[in-house]
Amino acid sequence: MYEVRFHGRGGQGAVTAAAMLAAALLEEGKYAVSIPSFGFERRGAPVVSFLRCSDREIRQLTNIYTPDCLICVDPTLAKSVDIFAGLKPGGTLVQATNRPLEEVAIADTVGTVGLCDAIGIALQIFRKPITNTLMLGAFAKTTGIVSLEALKRSLEDSDFRDAGLRQNLDALQRGYDETVVHTIPQRAVA
Amino acid sequence: MSASTLEKPSAPAPARQKVMLVEGNEAAALGVALARPDMVAVYPITPQSSLVEHVAKLIADGKMDADIVDAEGEHSVLSVLQGGALAGARTYTATCGPGLAFMFEPYFRTSGMRLPIVMSIVTRDGITPQSVWGGHQDAMTVREVGWVQVYCETVQEVLDTTIMAFKIAEHHDVMLPVNVCLDGNYLSYGTSRVELPNQKDVDAFMGAKDVNWHVALDPLRPMAVDPLTGGSGGKGPSTFVRYRKGQCKGMQNSLRVIEEIHEEWAQRFGRRFAPLVEEYRLDGADYAIMTLGSMTGAAKDAIDEARDAGRKVGLIKIKTFSPFPVEALLKSLNKIQALGVVDRSVGFRWNCGPMYQETMGVLYRLGRHIPSMSFIGGLAGADITVGHFHRVIEATEKLLSNPAPIEPVWLNEKD
Repeated sequence: MYEVRFHGRGGQGAVTAAAMLAAALLEEGKYAVSIPSFGFERRGAPVVSFLRCSDREIRQLTNIYTPDCLICVDPTLAKSVDIFAGLKPGGTLVQATNRPLEEVAIADTVGTVGLCDAIGIALQIFRKPITNTLMLGAFAKTTGIVSLEALKRSLEDSDFRDAGLRQNLDALQRGYDETVVHTIPQRAVA
Repeated sequence: MSASTLEKPSAPAPARQKVMLVEGNEAAALGVALARPDMVAVYPITPQSSLVEHVAKLIADGKMDADIVDAEGEHSVLSVLQGGALAGARTYTATCGPGLAFMFEPYFRTSGMRLPIVMSIVTRDGITPQSVWGGHQDAMTVREVGWVQVYCETVQEVLDTTIMAFKIAEHHDVMLPVNVCLDGNYLSYGTSRVELPNQKDVDAFMGAKDVNWHVALDPLRPMAVDPLTGGSGGKGPSTFVRYRKGQCKGMQNSLRVIEEIHEEWAQRFGRRFAPLVEEYRLDGADYAIMTLGSMTGAAKDAIDEARDAGRKVGLIKIKTFSPFPVEALLKSLNKIQALGVVDRSVGFRWNCGPMYQETMGVLYRLGRHIPSMSFIGGLAGADITVGHFHRVIEATEKLLSNPAPIEPVWLNEKD
C-alpha cells in the first residue's frame, strides 16, 4: 500500500488532483482509492485529500495518517499547517516552491524532495495560480509511482473548470520536466 | 462526467462491463440511470448534492430518459414521487439529514401506500450540534417507518445495490419503498474503481415494470386511494390492522426477496454481496465485532491483522438493517462467545448504539447468554480507522473473562 496526502487551498484543485491520479493509477492496473477532506468549500482555506494505491483491492475507506508521500500544491501552506504530521520516515515531499532546497523547511522524516516552481509556471500557462496538474507531473518525476503517459490519458478524460485540456497537458509536462529531485541523507537516529 | 472512463479489455471483470473510477454518489447516479426510472424529484443537500447533480446531468445529457422535478423542498419531492408512482411510474430520489426530517410526513405515507419508491440516504449525522458530515443518525431515526433499509460497504456495492433496490421494492411480495444507505463523506465522496453493468443486461435483470397494480390514480381503474380508516367503529379497526399487517408481511417477505435478488445479481453480473448478514473470518472465532456500512473495510483489515497475531476474532456485518435480519443474525451469533457492536449513531433512550439495541433483542432469542458491548464512533464525519477497530477487538476479547461494561465506548472521544 502506498499512501499520498495532498495539501492545498480550496480552489487549487487538490481534490481533483487526487481523483486524476487515482484514474491514472487505475489505468496502470493498480487499485486506487481517493477521499477528499470534508468541509465547507471555500477558496483559500487549507484543504487535504487522500489517495491510496495498491496491487491488491483496497478495503479501508478512511483518511490517511501516516503517508508515504506529501504533495503540497501551495508554497505558503507549510507556514499555517503541519503538513509533515505522520509522514513515514524516509518519506517523500513534493512541494510547490520557487525557493532552493536550502530555503525550504522540511521535517527530519523527509527522505526525498521534489521541488517545482508550480506557481511561476502556472502563471505563465493559466494566468492563474492553478497548480494541481503541474504537481501531478512533479509527483511522477519525483516518485516514479505513476507514468506521465497514464497521467496524460487521465487528464484527457477529465473535465476542467478553470482551464482547457491543452493547457493542463502542458502544465503536466512542464511540472514533470522542471521538477528538481533531491535525496536527503538520513540523519543518524540515536 | 467528471470522472474518467476507460475501457480495459484485459481486466478480469465479467464481459461487457466498463471499468470506471467514480465517487459513491456518482456510482449511485449511474445505478439509477441503469434502472431506468420514469421520474426523479430532487432537492440538494450536503453530502447528497453531487448525487442529484450527477442524475440531473445524466438527464440533461440525454443519457437517462426520465422526467426530473426540481422541487421546492423535500416534502414536495416525496409527495411528487407519490403521484408519479400512483400513476405507474418508477420513481427515485435521494436525501439525508435535515432533508429527510423535512420529508417525514410523506415518508410515513409512502410505506403505508405500499409505493415502491427508491430513495438513497447519503447518511448524515443529526443536528444540533451543527454539522454537515456523515453518520447514520438520520437513517436510524426513521428505522421504524416501514421502509426497507440496506447499507452499502463499497462504491461498487452502491452502484449494484441501487439497481437491485428497484427490483426489491417492486417485487409483488414486497411492494415497499427502499432506502439505499451510503455513508456521507467516506462513501459518497470516496472515489474507487467500479465495473459498470451493460444496459441490456440490466434491462433483462429488471424485467417488466408493474408499479401501481395495487393502488393507482387511473381513470380507467377508479378506486379510493388511501381512504379514511381506523377509529373504533364499523370496519375501521379491521381495515387499519389489515394495512399494518400487510406492511409487516411485506417487510418479512423482503428478507427472502433480498436474498433471491442478490443471488440473481451474482449469477448475472458475477458480483456477490451478502444480502442480509455477512460473516468475515467468523469460522473458528471465539468472539466477533459487528459493523454497518463503509466502516467495514477498515474493520476487515483490522480483523486480518488480529488473526495474524493469534486473536480468535471474526466479523459480522449487517447489510439489511430494516427489516432486521433476525434469523440470519442468529446463525452468526450461534458461532461466538462474545460480541462488540460498532454503531455510527447514538441510541439516546438506551445509552448505546441503535444497532446494538436491535441486536440485544436477537441475543435474547439465542437461548444462552453471551456478553456484549456497544461502541459508538464515526459521528459527524469522524473517522473509524484500523487503529480504532483494534481497540474494539481488544475490549471485546476482554468480555470472554470480564464482566461487560454497561456504558458504551465512544471511539472518537479522545481523537
